[in-house]
Amino acid sequence: MRLEPRTDTPLALRLLAPVGAVVAALALCALLVAWTGAPVLRAYGLLFEGAVGSRFALTETLTRATPLILTGLAAAVAFRAKLWNIGAEGQLYMGALAAVVVGGGMLDLPAWALIPVVMIAGMAAGGVTLLGPAVLKVRFGVDEVVTTLLLNFVVLLLVSLLLEGALKDPMGMGWPQSAPVVEAAELPKLVARTRLHAGLAIALGLSVLLWLVDTRTIWGYENRAVGANPRAAAFAGMPVTRVMLRTALLSGGLAGLAGAAEVCGLKGYLTLDLSPGFGYSGIVVAMLAQLHPIGVVGAALFIAGIFVGADAMSRAMPVPNYIADVLVATSLLCMLVAGLLARYRLRRG
Amino acid sequence: MDFLSILLDILLSAAFWTAVLRIATPYVLGTLGELVCERAGVLNLGIEGIMTLGAMAGWMAVYQGADLWTGVLAAAACGALLGLLHAALTVPLGLSQHVTGIGVTLLGTSLSYFVYRLVLPQASTPPTIEPFQPLALPGALAQTPLTYLAFLLVAVVAYVLYRTPVGLAVRMVGENPAAAEAQGLNVTAIRIGAVVAGSALMALAGAFLTLSAFNAFFFNMVNGRGWICIALVVFASWRPGKALLGALLFAVFDALQLRLQQASGGVLPYQLFLMMPYLLSILALVLVARRASYPRALMIPYRKGER
Repeated sequence: MRLEPRTDTPLALRLLAPVGAVVAALALCALLVAWTGAPVLRAYGLLFEGAVGSRFALTETLTRATPLILTGLAAAVAFRAKLWNIGAEGQLYMGALAAVVVGGGMLDLPAWALIPVVMIAGMAAGGVTLLGPAVLKVRFGVDEVVTTLLLNFVVLLLVSLLLEGALKDPMGMGWPQSAPVVEAAELPKLVARTRLHAGLAIALGLSVLLWLVDTRTIWGYENRAVGANPRAAAFAGMPVTRVMLRTALLSGGLAGLAGAAEVCGLKGYLTLDLSPGFGYSGIVVAMLAQLHPIGVVGAALFIAGIFVGADAMSRAMPVPNYIADVLVATSLLCMLVAGLLARYRLRRG
Repeated sequence: MDFLSILLDILLSAAFWTAVLRIATPYVLGTLGELVCERAGVLNLGIEGIMTLGAMAGWMAVYQGADLWTGVLAAAACGALLGLLHAALTVPLGLSQHVTGIGVTLLGTSLSYFVYRLVLPQASTPPTIEPFQPLALPGALAQTPLTYLAFLLVAVVAYVLYRTPVGLAVRMVGENPAAAEAQGLNVTAIRIGAVVAGSALMALAGAFLTLSAFNAFFFNMVNGRGWICIALVVFASWRPGKALLGALLFAVFDALQLRLQQASGGVLPYQLFLMMPYLLSILALVLVARRASYPRALMIPYRKGER
């Protein structure tokens, strides 16, 4: 018996791989749930109900999916070009920072003008944050994995510094939080009396747009070529460095947008707990989606459902809600194996 | 007092150097562990999660009544298990070492938090244990046993890597696995072994935090130390002696920023000082990047009969 690469992976198999991975992850984590003494099926039932069982649950899941789609796209476009951006968490906070600065009242614009300006500011801040490590990579050969990871900590400290200093809300009762963005910078709600905001529409629109760019334009072709084989791409006359920097701006920008949208759509102001690891979960989203922009939407919905559902479940039984993080991590590892199985086939002899 | 005399005061105090050795310990152990993995050709980004699990498992074992050294062993065993997972996915299956490593980190971290919360659902102030006490050796600054162990392990790893057939085999599969195979070595087995051993060392780094440096387990307590170790491996050009030097140098800066932070009396925001270790690591990477001689087969999966 040996593994043999397929020349072509059928679509059904590509769709089946994440489903299989998720089922495997749920089965593995069932052992953990059983260990807590909770009835496994009832726990998963509550998780499912908490994620999609009511109008409220559904809008909560969609709200949670919004930043995950954006950080998932950020990871997907970067990984496609073999730019290992593990710094989406930091880029998200830089975007959020830009949002509270630009949207904090320094511009007196109507909503239709201010919202795009704030979103673009968030993207720019995130993009520039990743541009640094990308330049270090192409100019000095510095591995971007470590630099992007380390920058996450630097950015969080910078945010903490500003929240206790220049950006501190004078009306914040001493809490380290920024002043809220002005009303004109707030993203409109999609459904009344829920937390679901227009950020979701932006995220969905961007995933379709990125898919079109990826499949229909020279840009997308160059990105994929550089990711597949940079030397061959350079030999074919493609501007490899420029593609790398472009990808960095885009990837960092998407993560920055996630931060800006969370501030303007959901929280209204910036705190140090804006993101419960959206940047890192985005990597899992991208891998479950096999780096496909449309797939990212489905994967983000799944991950969001796990987080929202686990919160509901852990309120009802003595299973810590960290089960969600374990499920997400296990899904990632199972997905890697499932992806391998889909790309290869077993051959006897 | 001017800056120089403050600096001199700090550098001449024994307390400062005692702190340096204590701060250096997790970096020494973590860097050594990552170095062993990478010398065999496997990047292990699971380090951050393995350190977290080591910190939690070691502490939990002691909290449940085991003695301190059993806690250390429990941590090492948990680290070795996560290492085995990383190795199984990246070596025989040849999956992306980047993404698998991130997955192992997410798993190690989330499992630690899950188990901690499961055992201690209502702990608002973290319960404590009786940690390792400093041990005065003649002619040395008093340190806990794990620090002495860390420094001893540098010598052991250096000896094994450069003076034994096992070490030669590890270096060979990291440089030229095809040639190693031609010598009759089992590339897969050696790589798996190196990753498992390296991961156990990383877990010791985590256990040091909960069993020596502090006496409790906190969420986010590893706080990027694992990622800094990865930078230190590059800085040390994959040599144990230089890794020790790098970790010590790093600890000097870290201890210095802590003391300058106190001496500055709040004139500068404390976050600026806390940023220093991370920025310093990035700077170190930039300085050595051009000259870095990576193990040739680092991050390249090996399959028999493929070139």
